Amino acid sequence: MPRTQPLRTEAIVLRQRPIGDADKVCVLLSPAHGRLEAVARGVRKTTSRLAGHVEALSRGSFQLAQGRSMHIVTQAQTLDAWPGLHDDIDRLSLAVGVAELIDRTAVAEVGSRALYELTRETLSRIADADNPAAAARWFRLRWLDQQGYQPELGDCVRCRAALEPEGNGLAALEGGVVCPDCHRAGAGAPLSSTAFRLLRYMRRSSFDLTAQVRLSPAAAAEVDRHLSALVEHALDGRLRSSSFARALEGAGRGARVTKETDHAAV
Amino acid sequence: MQRSPVTAPTLARLIDAFHRLPGIGPKSAQRLAYHILRAPRAEAEALAEALLEVKDRTQLCSVCQNITDADPCAVCSDPNRAADTICVVEEPLDIVAIERTGVHRGRYHVLHGAISPMDGVGPEDLKVRELLERLGDHTVQEVILATNPNLEGEATAGYLSRVIGAMGVRLTRIAHGLPVGADVEYADERTLREALTHRVRMDGDADGQTDGDGAT
Repeated sequence: MPRTQPLRTEAIVLRQRPIGDADKVCVLLSPAHGRLEAVARGVRKTTSRLAGHVEALSRGSFQLAQGRSMHIVTQAQTLDAWPGLHDDIDRLSLAVGVAELIDRTAVAEVGSRALYELTRETLSRIADADNPAAAARWFRLRWLDQQGYQPELGDCVRCRAALEPEGNGLAALEGGVVCPDCHRAGAGAPLSSTAFRLLRYMRRSSFDLTAQVRLSPAAAAEVDRHLSALVEHALDGRLRSSSFARALEGAGRGARVTKETDHAAV
Repeated sequence: MQRSPVTAPTLARLIDAFHRLPGIGPKSAQRLAYHILRAPRAEAEALAEALLEVKDRTQLCSVCQNITDADPCAVCSDPNRAADTICVVEEPLDIVAIERTGVHRGRYHVLHGAISPMDGVGPEDLKVRELLERLGDHTVQEVILATNPNLEGEATAGYLSRVIGAMGVRLTRIAHGLPVGADVEYADERTLREALTHRVRMDGDADGQTDGDGAT
């Protein structure tokens, strides 16, 4: 039966796309209703009162009316603007990766409080934490666990031998770590003992503890590479936003954009 | 679009053509097609000529990438426009909006889009390389980033700040804040934060200056 009462929900705005002359479609993640698409009318006009409350990568309280083909945003109030995400391009890039993964995998109209909380906590950490890359890493491992793709880190996924830290490989296609014998036989990409230990530590520890682990850039890059492989296997495709992250990395580390007012301070 | 069998095929083709235009729904497409049908032949010919001419005669300015009939465009060939300041915009229509203000007396650069990481649109899909080439001869002293204050505009500005920041060019971004006619009551948290951070001094000695220290 069609829903006639407005739907009131808290939601994270994952992304937007323009539609018509002045409207946008907002993709929302709601704890009770999963992925929702809703039209926000007139938000591309500067006079819109709604525009700032439906901006991508923010959390808000929404009232949605049932439209013919999708919901219509009738009211919105920002709960978390996460300015840290929007002021720093590296944090923004990490947050976009999180939003894309959720956008592509969250089920329409099927709520998951756990997925919502994981997304909310991660975006909040990426916005404000000292170590935003650790938050993105933590999110990927927990997302894999939640989606039923928990990588095997205890026993070899091929021969079931108990794993030691040294000489292993990570076989994304097979869903976990392979022992040195199986790795030598051609299974998996090389997995350093540091990366193996970190993955295990992340599995059993809180984010706060994990974020305190100091990693060399090479070790961090290796863990990120393995997690990307596992996520992309689960997704059965590449994350489009990863090419932006690479472009950003390749762009060098010049000065951050400055506001005119920084120069004209009195 | 489904067409009634009683609609003449030539008319149906015109309705379909109008319907493909952005912002034109089926009813508007029908109204436009019937208007053309009833209009004098000269009006229809003028429209057809204008459509063909815009496809045949326009090109991108080799300097700023704006759409123009003559290369370089009127702004790039105007000696009265400051060559040392470039305002970077996403779309040609943004130039029209900025020109209406009469404030910017420098030149422009049109990116023809914005970086959209989730759609796979990256810097290589925009006119970024052309912008960097313009900055190579050290004529340009300031680049003003006038990308939209949304996720794509921020991603674009952030990326450009990375690549241009290392070139020793002064890099600025247009201010964010409350639009004229807005109510503070309805403003969102981020807009208000930007407006407060970049508030304007109103005492006599500091007319037009801004207090950008972020402290309130």
